[in-house]
Amino acid sequence: MTAKISYDAVEVGTEVPTREFRVNRADLVRYAGASGDFNPIHWNEKFAREVGLPDVIAHGAYTMAQAARVVTEWAGDPGALVEYGVRFTRPVVVPNDDKGAVIEIGAKVTAKLDDEARTVRLDITATSGGQKVLGRARAVVRLV
Amino acid sequence: MALDQSFVGRTYPPTAAYEVGREKIREFAESLGDTNPVYTDPEAARDLGYPDVIAPPTFIFTITFKAAGKQVVEDPQLGLDYSRVVHGDQQFEYTRPVRAGDRLRVTSIIDSIKSLAGNDILSVRGEVHDEAGDHVATSFTTLVARAADAEVEESR
Repeated sequence: MTAKISYDAVEVGTEVPTREFRVNRADLVRYAGASGDFNPIHWNEKFAREVGLPDVIAHGAYTMAQAARVVTEWAGDPGALVEYGVRFTRPVVVPNDDKGAVIEIGAKVTAKLDDEARTVRLDITATSGGQKVLGRARAVVRLV
Repeated sequence: MALDQSFVGRTYPPTAAYEVGREKIREFAESLGDTNPVYTDPEAARDLGYPDVIAPPTFIFTITFKAAGKQVVEDPQLGLDYSRVVHGDQQFEYTRPVRAGDRLRVTSIIDSIKSLAGNDILSVRGEVHDEAGDHVATSFTTLVARAADAEVEESR
């Protein structure tokens, strides 16, 4: 409950540097096991195509988790997150090769919400292959 | 076929307690490649003021999704086609992080049902409470059951 960033030191416009996260089929299988979401669209190419998807796609919650990481590592305490939400605008397609897909995630402080609660809002951007994969991705974090 | 609007507002009974274990949190963090010690090292967690290791923020989704899956998505009366379901939108409000040793129950509520261009759009809220009955987090999940091709044709 102790973020390492001081509310007073943060300004609207403060940026969290963009990072790259690489995801391959093995990562998705591991995440399926850890999360309990075994929907075959995340590991079975034949099934994914049969229901009209271009290929296997990453769990939305997987992309969301990586986007959260950019914020929690910046704040210094994952428990400082007060609110977090995303819209899954486009699936992250994960081809069956040694490269997989790359998700680029960055964030920016867009509002200082409450001087007393010391909360700030960050808008997160996440793209894969140049396409936006998360929409309205926002986090509210309580700073010290 | 559009889902029955009369399901809006339906509240399912609280789930049996989900017991959060240190190794499950470790497994989840490792699946993300997230090496923050607060997820795996009780000492690091205590340094931040927590009684034990905490879970990554989206871990709660695995519990609320399981609850929604078992009770809502698989509700035969509701009749959602899970094979065509994708995750549309996800929000969380946190009172505190999930931590090892928690015994969590989820109450799932259907907030809304919409039909757009043949797609069924279902919003489910999951209220998560600990054993003492204290609020831990609320999850807002939107699931989209994409129209089968034939149904898209019909809706045009």
